[in-house]
Amino acid sequence: MLAGLLYKTILASLILVISLVVAMYSTLIERKVAGWFQDRHGPNRTGPWGLLQPLADGVKLFFKEEFMPNTADKFLYILGPSLTMFIALLTSAAIPWGPDIVIAGKPYALQVADINIGVLYIFAILSIGVYGIMIGGWASNNKYALLGAVRASSQMISYELAMSLSIISIVMMTGSLSMREIVVQQQGFNWNIFYQPLGFLIFLICAFAETNRSPFDLPECETELVGGYHTEYSSMKLGFYLFSEYINMFISGAVMTTLFLGGYHFPFIDKLGLSPNVFALVSFMIFFTKITFFGFIFMWIRWTLPRFRYDQLMRLGWKSLIPLAILNVVITGVIILINLK
Amino acid sequence: MFTEYIFFFLSVLALYSAVMVLASKKPIHSVLFLTLTFFAIAGHYVLLNAQFLAVVHVIVYAGAIMVLFLFTVMLLNLNNDERSPKPVWAKTMVSIASGMLLLVLIGIFRTYDIKSAADPTLTQIGLVKNLGQILFHEFLLPFEISSVLFLTAMVGAVLLGKKEQI
Repeated sequence: MLAGLLYKTILASLILVISLVVAMYSTLIERKVAGWFQDRHGPNRTGPWGLLQPLADGVKLFFKEEFMPNTADKFLYILGPSLTMFIALLTSAAIPWGPDIVIAGKPYALQVADINIGVLYIFAILSIGVYGIMIGGWASNNKYALLGAVRASSQMISYELAMSLSIISIVMMTGSLSMREIVVQQQGFNWNIFYQPLGFLIFLICAFAETNRSPFDLPECETELVGGYHTEYSSMKLGFYLFSEYINMFISGAVMTTLFLGGYHFPFIDKLGLSPNVFALVSFMIFFTKITFFGFIFMWIRWTLPRFRYDQLMRLGWKSLIPLAILNVVITGVIILINLK
Repeated sequence: MFTEYIFFFLSVLALYSAVMVLASKKPIHSVLFLTLTFFAIAGHYVLLNAQFLAVVHVIVYAGAIMVLFLFTVMLLNLNNDERSPKPVWAKTMVSIASGMLLLVLIGIFRTYDIKSAADPTLTQIGLVKNLGQILFHEFLLPFEISSVLFLTAMVGAVLLGKKEQI
């Protein structure tokens, strides 16, 4: 009991550190990728290949002036970024990071909480993710920030629907709401993406909208709204908002990998004959590679596609994605029914 | 023992934030306190081993309905000074009515024998599998009818939201 508790604490802290470090270095990779796409070098002055750039950025953010507008709602102004960060870090609890590892003859799961409603838990976190932005945008008492917050909330609510509907077909196929069960059923190369290509596409598009990434970064659309919901923020409070976006990217990559790309599974997984702990490490690296791939897609699209207009965003969400997702659910149901007979 | 502490913490949180919904001056604060109340109640569901209910509660109430509330209140941008003070007779009537309700509630629960509830760790009814079995076997008809009701409400909302005359 105590050993289990200790193990979970260590695992949770480890995942926290990994999420933060990955988010930190995503900022560097993002700028490197942008440089690559625009035929320039990107940051390369701080350390070899600019490897110390995230640290320099962090120090810069910490030492910038902490500014608070006079008319702001003080408590909510501070609560906004804190809540965004907190909620961004919550999702990783339900993700299975690898197969069981063996310590002193006992198996331990590489997952903080194997709840039987893991998929719903992730929905719940997604649906409350908008609070940080809304609270921060409203508390700034600035019209641009308020407009950004209002945009963020309607965008996230709209795309949540299509996202949930696209996962329902996965749940129907798997017959379980547990993340671990969903991964286990994609053993080897039996990935869900081959059965649910449309569902995957819908989920991917919605993930962009939910993480407020370009081409759907309308809440912070700088050509119309100055800086969007974080116009009034400075110093590390702004840093929290920017940082949580990268954590969200990492986590949504992990969720997409778990649901559609077979989690930590890879072809010929059972033919290696490795000892359990080495096997777990290899599987985790595979999982991590897949997440990195999604991270690259996020950056790739940001630096190649222009931003949507707001009415286009709403039309895409309500008139294309939701009907497509419902169609996907119906088709999946029919196929399952035919297979049963 | 530990769960007892959590129970008391959640109860105090739920009651405090419910009172603050009424007591806070700004509408936005009221909405946020109501959200907090919902989270505390979701915590109670988890303590009762009803994880499915807890998560659905968070998704539906905290995640969708309260966000819409917040959205509307933000757009209206209600200020404290814009709200007209209620006349005295209205305040008196509201106090009397709610006082009567309180009396009735006390009357009901004074003689009510509070049985010790079944151990929530033993009842597995709140788990999603058992709940699904019961909903789709024993209560299939009411379940389907309520979903038709939701559909009707949705169609009605869309019709009301349409600008031009039909």
